[in-house]
Amino acid sequence: MQLPGVELLGQSLLSGLFIGGLYGLLGLGLSLSWGMLKQINLAHFGLAFLGAYLTYQMSNSFGVDPMVTLVIIAPGFFLIGMAMHWVFAKFKVTPFNSLLVTFGLLAIIESLIQYVWTADYRKLESHYAEVKFKVGLFYIPLPELLTLLLAIALCVGTWAVLRYTSTGKAMRAMSENPRMAAAFGVNERMLALWLSGAASAFAGVAGVCLALSFTLAPSQIYGWIGVVFSAVMIGGLGNPLGPLIAGIVIGLSEATTMAITAPAWAPLVSFSLLIAVLLLRPGKI
Amino acid sequence: MNRQVLTVFALVAAALACLPMLQLPAFYESFLYLIFHWVVLATSWNILSGYSGYFSFGHGAFFGLGIYTTAVLSGKFDWPFLYTLPFAALVPALFGVGLGAIVFRLRSLRGELFGLLTLAVTFVIATIILNTPIDGGPGVYLSAVPIPNLGPSPSATFYLLALALAVLCVWVAYYIYCNRLGSGLFAIHDDEDVAEVQGVPTLRFKLQALAISCAFAGVAGGVHALFVSYVTVSEVFNIVVPLNVVLMSVLGGSRHWLGPAVGATAITALLYAFTAGDFAVVGRATVGLTLVLVILFMPEGILGQILKRWRRSQKPPALPKPIAPAAMTIKGAAGEVLLQVDDVSMAFRGVKALSHVSLEVRRGEILGLVGPNGSGKSTMVNVISGFYKPTGGRLLLDGTDLVPMPAHRAARSGIARTYQIPKPFTNLTVLENATLAGMFGGQQLSRKLAAHQAMYWLEFVGLAERARALPSELNLHQRKFLELSRALASAPQLVMLDEVLAGLTPSEINHAIAMVREIRQRGSTILFIEHNMRAVQELCDRLIVLNYGQIIASGLPKEVMQDPAVINAYLGTSQS
Repeated sequence: MQLPGVELLGQSLLSGLFIGGLYGLLGLGLSLSWGMLKQINLAHFGLAFLGAYLTYQMSNSFGVDPMVTLVIIAPGFFLIGMAMHWVFAKFKVTPFNSLLVTFGLLAIIESLIQYVWTADYRKLESHYAEVKFKVGLFYIPLPELLTLLLAIALCVGTWAVLRYTSTGKAMRAMSENPRMAAAFGVNERMLALWLSGAASAFAGVAGVCLALSFTLAPSQIYGWIGVVFSAVMIGGLGNPLGPLIAGIVIGLSEATTMAITAPAWAPLVSFSLLIAVLLLRPGKI
Repeated sequence: MNRQVLTVFALVAAALACLPMLQLPAFYESFLYLIFHWVVLATSWNILSGYSGYFSFGHGAFFGLGIYTTAVLSGKFDWPFLYTLPFAALVPALFGVGLGAIVFRLRSLRGELFGLLTLAVTFVIATIILNTPIDGGPGVYLSAVPIPNLGPSPSATFYLLALALAVLCVWVAYYIYCNRLGSGLFAIHDDEDVAEVQGVPTLRFKLQALAISCAFAGVAGGVHALFVSYVTVSEVFNIVVPLNVVLMSVLGGSRHWLGPAVGATAITALLYAFTAGDFAVVGRATVGLTLVLVILFMPEGILGQILKRWRRSQKPPALPKPIAPAAMTIKGAAGEVLLQVDDVSMAFRGVKALSHVSLEVRRGEILGLVGPNGSGKSTMVNVISGFYKPTGGRLLLDGTDLVPMPAHRAARSGIARTYQIPKPFTNLTVLENATLAGMFGGQQLSRKLAAHQAMYWLEFVGLAERARALPSELNLHQRKFLELSRALASAPQLVMLDEVLAGLTPSEINHAIAMVREIRQRGSTILFIEHNMRAVQELCDRLIVLNYGQIIASGLPKEVMQDPAVINAYLGTSQS
C-alpha cells in the first residue's frame, strides 16, 4: 500500500467534505420526518431524483438557471409533502408501514423517471460547472461549494427555527407527544403537514444540488439510501444538525478510504461507521 | 402438523411433477418456472420476516449471493451446475448468520432499522462484486454451462428444479409454522423482550430463521443464474427482488405459511404480461402501487382476509381438553435457600436503582417485597428474570449463577414472572399465550401437551371461556389473570408476582389471594410484590422492605410493619 501525496489527499478530503454536505442535505428531511413525524420516508430519495431531473429538464428545454429552478421546485415539493402526510394521517399509517408504503412510492417514482427520461445517463450542462476556484494547492468547484453552503444554511436554519421560535417549540412538543401537545393548544395536524412539506421541499433542494454535480440515472437512486440513512442514524433522529455533521464525517472517511485503498471499498465505510456507532452507544438513535 | 394438509400437499406436488410428460410448449414450463421461483423467494423471505416481524429488504442480497456463487463456480471454474447449488445455499446462509450475529444482538436494531440496514447491505455487496474480480463489470456468462438432463427438455429441467425447491421451501415453512421455532418467532414478532424472558432463545431462533431464509433464496438464485445464463450486477442487485417478495407476502398474508405462495402466484401471473415485453417499467410501477394500496386497505393480506371470513362462518374447532400438569418435582426440602441474591447492584447511567442488595428466597415460602414507588421492586424482578443484567453481584439459583447466562435460561431453570402492566403477545389468542409459556418454560413441553396444560391453567384462573379471544378483547383484570396463567403454565420453581392485585376490585382481590395460596400449595415458591398491605399481611411468610434501592427492613410481616424506618419510608418523618 502506498500513501498518497499531500496534494491528492487534501483534494480528496475536500471532495469528501463536499459530498458530506450533500449527504447532510439529503438526510435533513429524512431525519425530520423520521424523528418528529415517525415516518420513514424511502420516497425521499425518489423525490430528490425527481427534483434533479426536473432541474435538468427545465434547464435544457427552457434555459432556466438551475438555481432559479429552486423557486419552482421547493414550493412544488412542499405541496407534495403535505399531500403525502395527509394520506398517511388519514390512514393512520404506522412507522413500520410507512416504510413499506414509501418503498412502493419509491418504485413508482423510479419507474416514472425511467419512463420519461429513460435509463440512460443524463448530465446537466450549466455554467456553474465550469467555475473553479483555486485556493492554495486545491481546486474548489462551484457546484459543490453551493451545495455545501445550501446544506449548512438549511440545517442551521431549521435548527434555529426549532430551537428559538414558538412554532419550532410547538413542533418539538408535537413530536414528543402529539396528543398532549394538542391538549395544550398546539394545532398538531397543521404542524405535521408543514413539517412533512418542509421535508419534501428539502428533498427538492437536494435534487437541484444533485443535478448540479452528478450524472443522473434512475438506477443510481438506490446507491444513496445506505449512506444517507447511516448519516441520519449516526446524527440522531430529528436533530437537524446531526445528518450534516455525520454526513461530513462519513464523506471525509470515505475520501480517505478511497485515497488509501480502492474506490470499491467506499460503500463499506458508512456501513462500518453505522455499526460501530450502534455498538458503542446503543439506544442512542 | 395436520395430516390432511400434508396429503393434499403431496398430491398437488406429485401432479405438478408429472406435467412435463404432457410435452407442453416450453413457454408454459418457463411461465410456471417463474411462478415457482417467486414462490421460493417469497416463502423463504416470510420464514424470517413474516413470522418474526424482522422485515428484511435484503433478500435481493442473499438471492444475488446465490446467483454469483453459481455463476462464478460454474461459469468461471467449470464446476458441474448441480454441484454449485449446495454452495449457492451455503454462501448466503453463512453471510446471513454473520450479519445476524452482529445486528440481532442490538436491541435498538428492530423493525424499521433492520429493514433499512438490510437494504443498505444489498448495495454494499453489489458495489463490492462490481469492483472486484468476482464480476468486475462485464457480467458473467453461463451460456457454455451444460444444463443437466433432469427432464425431457431444458425448460422441463428448470421447471422440475424450481418445483422441487418450491415444494421443499413451502414444506419447511409449514413445518416451522407448526413447531417450536415457529411459535418462538411469532412470539418474537409481538414482543421480543417478553419472549426471551419466557424462555424463547430469541437470538438463536432469529439466526436459524435467517439462515434458512438465506439458503433458500440462494439456491433459487443459483438455479436462476443458469436460467437467465448471463448475470450482471445491475440486473441482480436492484430492488425488484425485495420489492416483489415484500409485496407478495404482504398481499398473500405474512402470518400464514401459505400466504406468500398465494401472493407470489397472483403477482407473477399478473406481471407476466408486463415483464414479457417492453413494459418492465410499467410492471415495476404496478408492483409499487399495489404495495401502497395493499398496506393502506388490506393489511392482513388476501389469505388472512379469506381465512378470517371462513373461520367466522365455521364452527370453531374444539378446545384442547384440560390436563392437569404432573405434580412438580421439588428438588429440595422446604425452607432451604432456593434463590440467593448476593450483593446485587443495578445502575442506569449513574442512577442506582439497586445498590448492594442481598436476600434469600427460601423454598416453599411466600416472600413479600414491598416499598414505596420507585424503590427498586420492579427492577429487582427484571434483574432476577434476566431482562436486566445487574451491574454487580450474583444470582444463585440452587447454587448456579444466573447472571452470565442469557435471559431465556432463567425461564428454563424455573423462574417465571408476571408484568405489572400486562404484556401479552397481542396477535396470539389467550390459549396460545398460555401454551407458549408451557413450551418454553421449565418443562419444555411439546406444543400439544402444552396446549392441554394451558387449558388447565386458564380454567384455574377463570379464563377458559375466553381461550379463543385475543388479549385486546380482555378487560384489565382478565389480562392480569392471563399473566398469572402464563407464569403458572411454565411450571415455575419461583414465581414473581409483580403487583398482580393493583387495579382490582375487593372481590377480585379475594379471588386472587386464594389463587396465590393455591399456587404455593402446588409447590411453587413466590416472590410477592405488592402495595396492598392487607394481601401482604395475609399471604406473606416473610417481608422485605426496599427503599431507594436498599433493604431497610426484613423479617416477619407484623414486626416489619412496626419498624420506624419502614413507617418513615412510607409516611415520612414524624414532625412531633
